Amino acid sequence: MKIHEYQAKGLFRKYEVPVPDGGVAFDVETAVETAGRLSGFPVVVKAQIHAGGRGKGGGVQLARSLKEVDQIVQKMIGTTLVTHQTGSQGRRVGKVLVEEGLAIAEELYLSIIADRSTAKIVVMASRAGGMDIETVAAKTPEKIVKVYINPLDGIRAYHCRQAAYALGLPKEAMKPFLAMLPRLYRLFVDYDCSLVEINPLVLTAGQRLVALDAKINFDDSALFRHPDLLEYRDLTEEDPLEIEASKYNLNYINLDGNIGNMVNGAGLAMATMDLIKRAGGEPANFLDVGGGASTEMVENGFRIILSDEKVKGILINIFGGILRCDVLAEGVVQAAKKTGITVPVVVRMEGTNVEEGRRILAESGLNLITAVDLKDAAAKVAELVA
Amino acid sequence: MSIFVNAKTRVLVQGITGKEGQFHTRHCVAYGTRVVAGVTPGKGGQEMDCIPVFNTVQEAVDRTGADCSLIFVPPAFAAEAVMEAVDAGIRTVVTITEGIPVLDMMKVKNYLSGKPVRLIGPNCPGIITPGEAKVGIMPGPIHKPGGPIGVISRSGTLTYEVVYQLTLQGIGQTTCIGIGGDPVNGTTFIDCLEAFETDPETKGVVIVGEIGGTAEEETARFIETRFSKPVVGFIAGLTAPPGRRMGHAGAIISGGSGTAEVKIAAMRKSGIHVCEDLGTLGEFCAEVFGRA
Repeated sequence: MKIHEYQAKGLFRKYEVPVPDGGVAFDVETAVETAGRLSGFPVVVKAQIHAGGRGKGGGVQLARSLKEVDQIVQKMIGTTLVTHQTGSQGRRVGKVLVEEGLAIAEELYLSIIADRSTAKIVVMASRAGGMDIETVAAKTPEKIVKVYINPLDGIRAYHCRQAAYALGLPKEAMKPFLAMLPRLYRLFVDYDCSLVEINPLVLTAGQRLVALDAKINFDDSALFRHPDLLEYRDLTEEDPLEIEASKYNLNYINLDGNIGNMVNGAGLAMATMDLIKRAGGEPANFLDVGGGASTEMVENGFRIILSDEKVKGILINIFGGILRCDVLAEGVVQAAKKTGITVPVVVRMEGTNVEEGRRILAESGLNLITAVDLKDAAAKVAELVA
Repeated sequence: MSIFVNAKTRVLVQGITGKEGQFHTRHCVAYGTRVVAGVTPGKGGQEMDCIPVFNTVQEAVDRTGADCSLIFVPPAFAAEAVMEAVDAGIRTVVTITEGIPVLDMMKVKNYLSGKPVRLIGPNCPGIITPGEAKVGIMPGPIHKPGGPIGVISRSGTLTYEVVYQLTLQGIGQTTCIGIGGDPVNGTTFIDCLEAFETDPETKGVVIVGEIGGTAEEETARFIETRFSKPVVGFIAGLTAPPGRRMGHAGAIISGGSGTAEVKIAAMRKSGIHVCEDLGTLGEFCAEVFGRA
C-alpha cells in the first residue's frame, strides 16, 4: 500500500525524524492559513498524489507571498498532473502540502528496503540525492552504499556509522544522524514497510538534517496487523473497478486493452494475458479469482469484467484444482443471468469436476464459446479480435 | 527415483483440523502419501480420519517419526509454524500458506540459515513425486509417474497446466516442485536443479518462471556452467505493466528489473530452450526432450 507524502511525514514526526514545518490542505483557505503561520517566505506547495516525478510535472512550486500561495493552490487543486510515473492519463490533485522553504546546502539520499534475494533489510545511502535513484543505481552504482541488516539482530551503531560516512556528513550532523537512523529503522519494522525513502534528505545551510521528501510503502500482506494504517488508504488514488474487486478479495488490475479475462492463479493469469497478446489482442485486465474461490467470488469477478466498457470479448481460463470447475461454471451462469452477456465469451476449463462444469454451462442456455485447450482458446480469442 | 519426497516420506500436517488442512490431507492420503500425524494446538488427542492429532510438532515427531511437514497454518502464525517444525527436527517443510508478511519470512529465512532443513514455499502448491507421494494441493491425476522430466515452478495453476500438457504428450514426471510466488522463499530453482542433476531418473527439467526478482537470471547462469541436462523455460508476464503487483507478492516489475524480456534473454543465452507460447508448451517439450 502506498501513502501520501504528508502522511509519511506524519509518521516521521511520530518517530522524531525531522521534517519541514507545514501541513496538508484540501482547499485554498487552509493552504493560505497554513502558509501564514509558517516562519516566512518562500513556502513550498507540493501536490499530493501517489506518484513520483512531481517536480518536473509542475507539482512542486515556490510561493513568495500569501497571494502567490493562493494563486498556486487555486490552480493546483483539481488539476490533472502528468508525471513519468502516472501514465498519460495523469492523476487528479485533491490536496497539497504547504511547507516552509529551507536554505539547502546539500541533497542526500537515504532509504530502507526489504531485499528479497538476501532476506536482509538494507539501508541505502548516497550523496547523489535529489535525483532519480534508479538512474544513479544503473549508471553509477558505486555512488550508493548498501548496509545489510539481519532482521533477527536488528540495526547496530556500526551499521549507522557505515551509512553516515557514506553520506560524508559534517561533524555537526553526525550525532543527529546516528540517532535518527535507528528510529527510521524502527518505523520500518514496526509498520511492516517495504520501503521508507527520503529523497532528498537535505543538509541545511545551518548543518541541520531534514527529510525534505518522504515516501513509505507498506507490505500488503502485513496490513492485517496494522489496522491503524487503513485510515491512510486514499480511494481517490485507486481505480473504481479495482476498489470494487477488493471488496470481494479478488486480485484485479484494470489495464488498457479490450479482451477481458478471468483466471484462477496469478501465474496462469499472467500467462493467459500473454496468450491474448500473442493472439493479437490486448488484455483489458488481470484477474486472479484465487485458488479457493466461491461461486460468489467468480460471479463478482465476472460481473466486474462485464461492467468494463472497453471490453470487447472475454476469455475465461480455469485449471480446476482447489477451485472446482462446477463452482466456476455456477458463478459464471449467476453473473450472466444478473448482468446479461453483451460480448462474446470464450471458456476453457480443465481439471477437477470439468465434466460437471461443462454440463452446467451447456445447460444454462448461455451463448458461450467453448475451447478444448489453450491452443484452441488462443485461436478463438484471435477470432474475437479480428 | 525422485527428489526431496518419495513413498517413504512420513508427513505431518500442521493445521490439519482447519478447513483446508482437512480437505487436502484427505486428497494426499487418497493419493497414497503416508500422512502419519497432524498438529493443531488445543486439539491433541483427537483424530482426523484415523490420523492422530498432537498439540505440538515435537510431540508428533517423537511419537510418529514424521520427517516432513505440510503447513496450512494462517498467515499470522505461519512463520512460527515453520520455526516450530525446524526446531522439532523436521527436515522438509512444505508451506502452502499464502500471504505471510515479508518481514516474517525474512526472519524465517535467516533463522533457517545453516540448519539442515529444506523449506519449500511459502505460497506454493507443494511438491509431488507422481505415483509415490503428494505433499501439497495440486490435483494428483494430471500427473504421470515414472519420469523422466522434473518440473520447477513459481506458481500453482500454471504448473498444473504445464504438467498436464506434458502428461498429454506421454511425458511423465520424476518430481514437480512449486517453489512459491512470494518475494522471500525457501528452496530456489538452483537448489532443485542441483538435486535433479544427481537424480539419474531425471533426464530433463522444465522451469516455469514469472516476472519479478532475479531468480530466473541467476538460475540461467547456474545452468550455463553447472547443469548438464536439457532445460525448457517458460516465463509468465510478458504483458504485465511495471509497478503493479500481479497477484503474487513477488511478481512485480520494479525499476526496470524483473521483466519477462530480460529473463527470457538470460535463459536463451544460457542455452535454455525458451517456449513463449503456453498453448504449445507440451509439443515444444516433446520436441526438445525427444531430441535429448
